[in-house]
Amino acid sequence: MSEPYVESPEWEDEAARHRVDEPIPTGPAEPGDTGLVQPTVPGALLEVDNVILRFGGVVALDQVNFALRQGEIFGLIGPNGAGKTTCFNAMTGVYRPTSGRIRFRGQVISGLKKHEITRLGIARTFQNIRLFPEMTALENVMVGADAHHKTSVLGALFRLPRHWREERQGRDLAMRLLEFVGIADRAGEVSRNLAYGEQRRLEIARALATNPTLLCLDEPAAGFNPAEKERLLGLIRQIRDQGVTVLLIEHDMRLVMGVCDRIVVLEFGKKIAEGAPAEVRDDPKVIAAYLGVPADVA
Amino acid sequence: MTAVENHQTAQAPPPVKATDRTVRGWLGRQPLPVRILVIVGFAILAYLLPYVGDVPVLGPQVVTQANDWGSVLFEISYFVLLAIGLNVVVGFAGLLDLGYVGFFAVGAYTVALLTSPDSNFGLKWVWLASVPVAIAVAMFSGLILGWPTLRLRGDYLAIVTLGFAEIIRIFADSAPLLRGDRGFGSIPHPPGNNPDGTAIFSVRDATPYYWLGLSIIILVILAVRNLDRSRVGRSWLAIREDEEAAEIMGVRTIKFKLWAFAIGACVAGLGGVMFAGYQGFMNSSTFVLQFSILVLAGVVMGGSGNIAGAILGGVLIAYVPERLRGIEVFGQDLFQWRFLMFGVIIILIMIFRPQGVIPSRRRAMELKDRAKEVAPE
Ligand SMILES: Nc1ncnc2c1ncn2[C@@H]1O[C@H](COP(=O)(O)OP(=O)(O)OP(=O)(O)O)[C@@H](O)[C@H]1O
Ligand SMILES: [Mg+2]
Repeated sequence: MSEPYVESPEWEDEAARHRVDEPIPTGPAEPGDTGLVQPTVPGALLEVDNVILRFGGVVALDQVNFALRQGEIFGLIGPNGAGKTTCFNAMTGVYRPTSGRIRFRGQVISGLKKHEITRLGIARTFQNIRLFPEMTALENVMVGADAHHKTSVLGALFRLPRHWREERQGRDLAMRLLEFVGIADRAGEVSRNLAYGEQRRLEIARALATNPTLLCLDEPAAGFNPAEKERLLGLIRQIRDQGVTVLLIEHDMRLVMGVCDRIVVLEFGKKIAEGAPAEVRDDPKVIAAYLGVPADVA
Repeated sequence: MTAVENHQTAQAPPPVKATDRTVRGWLGRQPLPVRILVIVGFAILAYLLPYVGDVPVLGPQVVTQANDWGSVLFEISYFVLLAIGLNVVVGFAGLLDLGYVGFFAVGAYTVALLTSPDSNFGLKWVWLASVPVAIAVAMFSGLILGWPTLRLRGDYLAIVTLGFAEIIRIFADSAPLLRGDRGFGSIPHPPGNNPDGTAIFSVRDATPYYWLGLSIIILVILAVRNLDRSRVGRSWLAIREDEEAAEIMGVRTIKFKLWAFAIGACVAGLGGVMFAGYQGFMNSSTFVLQFSILVLAGVVMGGSGNIAGAILGGVLIAYVPERLRGIEVFGQDLFQWRFLMFGVIIILIMIFRPQGVIPSRRRAMELKDRAKEVAPE
């Protein structure tokens, strides 16, 4: 486990004042590196800055750079093993980048604890569904809602007013979210008994319950039929319309091209293209990557 | 939440499905007054247990032959208490704690050090004054042990806690302060007098201790139940199910694991406090490792992850051997065979009912599913 990340507000202000006009730092992150409060890319919500992530000999992310703007739907695509999930893992604190930085609203988050990152406003779903299988759908979502609750152990023990208030709020929020993703009628069902598609949607509800600014969806449409995909598409747009930025990993090109504002393409851990769906679709490198032909041949 | 502001609040579903045919399912569907009545009824029956021998025909079968029934009831009460506490750690939070007896010992030794005239401290406190200190020390030792070790994964945690119990035992054996097997005598009893001026808690009658134990158990059950049905219980459960996913959903995993550990230690310490006050004497051979294993066996047999199961487990491990004591088969007292019997019972339960006698709703399905993974239909 890495050391807990302690930030000193004064130091940070100092740093921000001095660094405003300096070039974008690109070197490897120092362990104690403090984040700028201002994003380096103007208007960026999340910046992945020269991130390298190695697993032994495998370079899963190789100098990846991109920035998300507030309020957009951003696609992250690439062939199997390109490093998309690894990128999510680096953003949500599961892995710490070997070097490089990830900034969220200007603050460096690489090195923070997973639950701290969640509280800052990044939520995610998992490619291989990871619900709490023996908890009901409602309880699953309530765990997410608890992220911003403050009831202490003593508060729960003595049933203080805050406990009742937060239980009620959490339950209401969870029910609304279950309704939002369309599985409210399954609220009392243990999540392992839900159908596959219901489980995927429950994951989205649980992630939304943490009240994120950025929602990361890892292949949310995997295994869906066209009708289900269509509904998911509507759901993602609705989420965006409520002011949540969405980062989407998806293999279905039609879906990605249809919903995303911008797209980044990874291949073997490297970014090979970035831009609007139409640009990316016509990029020879991208076509080559998906057809399995080396880029220099294409 | 911004994404759903314009959806109106929906009705929460009933907590228990109408198809649940178990006793608990039935109870859950009853209106609140009925539920309270049933539970209060059970509590009253529990308080009347010392007189069960007076019930015609059935009564004499229930009470133990060889040992005084009141003493046996008291023994049952602290085993039940320990099982409820261990269930928080193992059943709720999913942390395998094999050194649970260590905290029991810490509680008991703290009482002895503060109250016994044999203690080097020479404080000679009354029993009641030592109670909060002993509980606090037990809880603190739980935090001290938990802080570095709760970052470890399952099997390692089990080994470290096992080591902790051994350290406490060896320490009790060899540290001059703890007096080895000479131990501590004249530990005072809890306070209080009968109307005729005699002490309520004395060596003559164990029944008042049982009532005290039962009252403490009821308080602990209420406390644990409150925790279980709150953000805290949800966090424990989430940690047990998928620790990493829980943390990614914002659960402070280390904090809640520490709490589970500390609460378990606290309840065990309480057991130690009761034990010391009842026994009046204790030494280093009082706390053997088998004790931890026995309580764990009780929790697993009864059904880990739910309070009723833990209670049943505690009763099983304390009552059954005592009931068998004095019954001779082929010239052997059956009591001597208790560990063998528990071994057999556990194996049978693991084969035929792996979720325990009274399973937690969740554990039952977890295990069913695992069985399916092993032997797909
Ligand atoms: N924990 C790990 N240890 C070692 N190697 C890993 C680990 N996680 C990922 N990798 C490797 O990193 C590379 C990228 O994997 P990643 O899961 O990010 O791919 P992906 O783009 O999500 O692929 P898919 O579309 O199949 O989900 C792969 O070569 C994978 O084997
Ligand atoms: Mg992936």
